[in-house]
Amino acid sequence: MVAWTIYISFLGAVALLLMPKGNAALARTVALLTALAGFALALTAFAQQRTGEMLTVTRVPWIPSLGIQYHLAADGISLSLVLLTGVIAVAGILFSWNIALRTNEFFAFYLLLIGAVYGVFLSYDLFLLFVFYEIVIIPKYFLIAIWGSTRREYGAMKLALYSFVGSAMVLVGLIAAFVVAGAKSMALGDLAGYAFPLHFQMWAFPLVFVGFAILAGLWPFHTWAPTGHVAAPTAASMLLAGVVMKLGAYGCLRVAMTLFPLGLMPWGFHVLGMGSWRDVFAVLAVIGIVYGAMVALVQRDFKFVIGYSSVSHMGFILLGLMTLNQIGLSGAVLQMVSHGILAGLMFAVVGRMVYDRTHTRDLNALGGFNLSRTIPFAAFAFVVAGMGSMGLPGFSGFVAELMIVIGAWRAFPLLAIVVGVGIVVGVAYIWRAMQKAFFAEPGSAVAHEPLAPISIPEKLGAGILIVASVAVGLYPQMLLKIVVPALNSPLFDGLRKGNWQ
Amino acid sequence: MMASLHNALFQLALPEIILVVTALLVLSLDLLVLGKRSLRVRAGIATTLASAGCVIAIVRIVTAAHTANVLDGMLIANPLTQLVQVALLVMAILTLCIAVDSTFTEHVGEFMLIVLLATAGMMFLVASRDVLVIFVALELVSLSLYILTGFDKRSPRSAESALKYFLFGGMSAGFLLYGFSLLYGFSNSTNLARIAQSVQGAPLNPLLVIAMVTTVIGFAFKVAAAPLHFWAPDAYEGAPLPSAAFIASSSKVASFFIFYQVMTLGFAGVEGTAWPHSTAGWVPMLALVAVISMVLGNVAALAQSSVRRLLAYSAIGHAGYMLLAIVSHSGQSLSALIYYVITYGITTLGAFAVVGVVQESTGGDKLDDFSGLSRRSPVLAASLFIFMLSLAGIPPLAGFFGKFYLFLSVLGSAPRPLGLIWLVALALAMSAVSLYYYLQVLKRVYVAAPVEDDGKMEVPWLRQFVIVLLAAATVLFGAAPHLLLKWILLAAGQ
Repeated sequence: MVAWTIYISFLGAVALLLMPKGNAALARTVALLTALAGFALALTAFAQQRTGEMLTVTRVPWIPSLGIQYHLAADGISLSLVLLTGVIAVAGILFSWNIALRTNEFFAFYLLLIGAVYGVFLSYDLFLLFVFYEIVIIPKYFLIAIWGSTRREYGAMKLALYSFVGSAMVLVGLIAAFVVAGAKSMALGDLAGYAFPLHFQMWAFPLVFVGFAILAGLWPFHTWAPTGHVAAPTAASMLLAGVVMKLGAYGCLRVAMTLFPLGLMPWGFHVLGMGSWRDVFAVLAVIGIVYGAMVALVQRDFKFVIGYSSVSHMGFILLGLMTLNQIGLSGAVLQMVSHGILAGLMFAVVGRMVYDRTHTRDLNALGGFNLSRTIPFAAFAFVVAGMGSMGLPGFSGFVAELMIVIGAWRAFPLLAIVVGVGIVVGVAYIWRAMQKAFFAEPGSAVAHEPLAPISIPEKLGAGILIVASVAVGLYPQMLLKIVVPALNSPLFDGLRKGNWQ
Repeated sequence: MMASLHNALFQLALPEIILVVTALLVLSLDLLVLGKRSLRVRAGIATTLASAGCVIAIVRIVTAAHTANVLDGMLIANPLTQLVQVALLVMAILTLCIAVDSTFTEHVGEFMLIVLLATAGMMFLVASRDVLVIFVALELVSLSLYILTGFDKRSPRSAESALKYFLFGGMSAGFLLYGFSLLYGFSNSTNLARIAQSVQGAPLNPLLVIAMVTTVIGFAFKVAAAPLHFWAPDAYEGAPLPSAAFIASSSKVASFFIFYQVMTLGFAGVEGTAWPHSTAGWVPMLALVAVISMVLGNVAALAQSSVRRLLAYSAIGHAGYMLLAIVSHSGQSLSALIYYVITYGITTLGAFAVVGVVQESTGGDKLDDFSGLSRRSPVLAASLFIFMLSLAGIPPLAGFFGKFYLFLSVLGSAPRPLGLIWLVALALAMSAVSLYYYLQVLKRVYVAAPVEDDGKMEVPWLRQFVIVLLAAATVLFGAAPHLLLKWILLAAGQ
């Protein structure tokens, strides 16, 4: 059933392309219904999943001579992210309600992207996973290049090329793994079960990990993210930060770490105090956390603040993965969901509620609009998102980041202290942006056109995201009860046999 | 004895004979009977007749005996050559359909004649294991292609590119013949297998090295591999569109197939190995050619503003990828090469067909002439979207599986798995570069607004049909590669 999330999105995209042009309302409705159907399917599957173990959804031979199968399966981790995709998809369409230019094509590309994202999360065969992973690149490019703003063609091309380079690295690793295993199967379980030689894993692991991590915004390969986010139209920024970056993190966990767990072993020597790829990536993740937060602190463009905050928050996920203990890893998965929701909400506030009304994102200029009075709902939504992002208890960000920091404390005590600095700066940049954009004293009273009030679809979209964040924050067990068993499944045996704590 | 030999030869060469007879029929019908009719009618009748001839030839190939060998490899048939021949005939039909309503020449009969003769030459080319026949067939193909390139007599560019193509081609043919003559000197035979026997025993002496180098030069020219690619951008740009499409698709398929056969059969035993652990032989040489082609083709394509030249440089890059199959020369890499080159031919044919329609409407093939195509003709735009992304290697299109399977076979080739990983890594890095210039085209098509609003674009129905068919094939062979792969594997006996 859950496989239909993919098909229904693709069918929706095709239907939108075939429909007569010019009827924007119809296009919006079709897109929303498609996304809602996908969300309903995701929610059903999520509710039915009790144990968190990997369940096959569809399995048919595809390219028999190579042993490649069309094999979809879902465990607790995939279903959590499928559910996230459903939520973001619906909210994104609600925030795109005002798209008037080439509406059919916009939603067709949008649904194509969503369908491919569902596909990545549900793929069990790695060839299939890679196919979906690459399909994501193209609609992303066009969504930004056609409907974007600031330097859109540059941002779109940079994003497409970074993604493509990353996936080329992944492809080298996957083909090499397939050849070395010689197992006539691309199924995740089969390849993860094969004991690759240590020296092979030592170069294949960083290759595949970095290939995926480029999309997850790993410092110093993150530079596509701020420019891409800023150039993208609101819904595309939401998808980018909300789910596409998660694809990278998911690939790191699901593919790189399960296939090549020995790549995390110590090298046997130390360079700059780092003795394994695990140390290297943990340090890069922490640099990303602190660097992203510091840079966000000095931005003038409101959207760049959020763009860099994404880099910072994605650093938490990668750090969580590198802790290799249960609390850190499940925290990382939780953070994927949490950041997906909160980043979606923030981009919605900045891109749709504020920028589409004021036509400026300059934090100094925004003060003059007195936004907390004119559009109080936007201020409210941003305060909520900001509190979640800072990690206030009660919101999803708190649980996720707390778990990651605890995990990091056990694995890398020194780095955990540095992360603390990142968290403090994280509070500061949200505070600064909030104060400057919404609560600044309007100095010289500049006359502005009155701003349009926040529309119903916007309120609805924001409401969905806020509810989702609070639900995860108050009852994280909802996700953890299927994520933790999934992490304890045989698929992750290789990791556990290493230095699981 | 002689009678039965003649009979066997006749049976085996029947598809080619059918093509030649059809070609002559088309010519005489066009010159003698239809001389006064309008260009449209003449082209329509000639195309129908020529396509019918191709179809009959296909039927003959499919129903003929599956293995044959006449005169010790002068002309052979096996499932693999038959598969490639069918592909060549299908591409010839599609090329004719693209040409049907073009206006670059009034000599319709001659044009069809030459396309069919070139196709017959290609069919002989893939079905021979004898260097003499290979050379003669190659010359038949080349001479036809020179004429096709210069067929637009009103365009100086067409004449210029034909002359360039001819001069380079003549020189490379000289190299090839020189190499073949040395091989004959070694082995006292023109049969590839016998040549290999005498080559194998001898150490790499200077004469053998010269023979090897000149042979590679001859074929590298045909497949437009760097550094022997100089003719390609000019020919792709200057030739009348159907000719360019034909050169880019059919000729690639035939040349690559026979290149593989000559190197692996004729030079068996002196392969050598590529870097690292390099030993002398033709493999390191081809690896070098492949590297130069991949890098030069893809990097030079970045700077092009003419879409045809862009396709030419991208073809050089693709030739580099395909050479990897010859470098790794395992059974699987032959299947991968055939899959790649056939799907590449289909995709390129489609891309050229779209370029042709756009060129007729806007008068140019510059990137800016494609601006706003998605609004002027959504169908063409969507087809071009598929062709370009397939060339870039985006799933689920044929170009992606072609690359995947090719690189898989290169990495998996014995005796040292992963030995060639540096080549694969370079190829994938270069395909990331290629995405940039393919997206440059698509950016004009989908993002940019039409330069001046020309309204909807007129697309002739037959061409639109062919374009959509090719786009559908590109998607189908990518999403369900087994449809094509199963025949290739069956033919290759794997």
